[in-house]
Amino acid sequence: MRIIQTAAAVPPQRVTNSDLAALMPTTDAWITSRTGIRTRHVATTQTNYDLALAVATQLLATSDYTAADLDFILVATMSPDYQTPGVANRVQGALGAVNALACDLNAACAGFVYGLEVAAGQLARGAQAGLVIGSEVLSSLLDWTDRSTAVLFGDGAAGVLVTAAGPAPLSRLRSFGQDAMQLTAGGRTNHSPFAQTPALAPAFAMNGRAVYHFATTTVADEVLALLATAGLAPTAVDGYYVHQANVRIIQSLAKRLGVAPERLPHNLAEYGNTSAASVPLLLHDARMSGRLTDGQQIILCGFGGGLNVAAMLLTT
Amino acid sequence: MTNTEIFGKVQAIIADQLDKAPELVTLTTNFKDDLEADSLDVFEIINEIEDQFDISIDTDEQINTVQDLVAFIAKA
Repeated sequence: MRIIQTAAAVPPQRVTNSDLAALMPTTDAWITSRTGIRTRHVATTQTNYDLALAVATQLLATSDYTAADLDFILVATMSPDYQTPGVANRVQGALGAVNALACDLNAACAGFVYGLEVAAGQLARGAQAGLVIGSEVLSSLLDWTDRSTAVLFGDGAAGVLVTAAGPAPLSRLRSFGQDAMQLTAGGRTNHSPFAQTPALAPAFAMNGRAVYHFATTTVADEVLALLATAGLAPTAVDGYYVHQANVRIIQSLAKRLGVAPERLPHNLAEYGNTSAASVPLLLHDARMSGRLTDGQQIILCGFGGGLNVAAMLLTT
Repeated sequence: MTNTEIFGKVQAIIADQLDKAPELVTLTTNFKDDLEADSLDVFEIINEIEDQFDISIDTDEQINTVQDLVAFIAKA
């Protein structure tokens, strides 16, 4: 599997920390020092589908592939517009990608790398090319009066065009369902006249310590386990493109992996935590800035709700 | 390891993590009230303690003061 193109689309509306301070009791200094986030992009008129379609259109427009060449369109998201149809199906329809399979995939913040894993499976069994996109409108899942969560997230989409060229990636995907309820969002209410179940909390909520512990220890252990399987020293990897949850988590991961912090690029100052969109958004920024070039060995790592973690080693 | 030895090591870790003078960290020190530490600071301190003492502190454990930490490490 080879990533031959990247693209991103974020809503134009930028919301600064100071803008949030006008909505809830918080300050720019607090948010910046605790999270590393300075701004986030928030959807106004855009739906998840609009963002994902913009990414898909760019991916095709900047490559030699046409919609009919696509064998799959996978959209990783925890904030789809509808339960059905999937965001991916509407993108397929809009593109006219008549030969593609299309579906959404929800593994929360690990979703994009889970999507790449599905893509790698398709490519290993005869598919030639496809799109993997992370797309989120997390602003619709937030309690905008809760300063402990509302400041963390942003909206956006990004994705990659992958082809069957090159070796299969090496990956390690793990899930920890015993801790599933440590991080919840989008709980639904059953409006059936027969339902006797309680309403489930719609807004994002998490047990900070449990999630932080998972993100800094389990995630680092899984990446190290993948590197051990590959027979690679952590310092042999050109770049670690990890989920953008909090700059302090990223710094802690660098320390635990035993690599310089510069090996783990970050862009959450601009976008906040965009869940499934964060890893491809980071890849796209790195490619645009010239940091990510052909022939590099990189690790992609998503982690979060589930609790899920996915790490993938591939050559660009 | 005696409680005094544990405290000495814990004091150094906390002072280093929070960038505070070690003498500001006593057994009765409350992380949030006395050291202006937020929850993320406490998570980082606990991670460092787990690494340096090679122990595991349950995520449900209530850690508010330095004494809470030392007591936990002593019985771990």
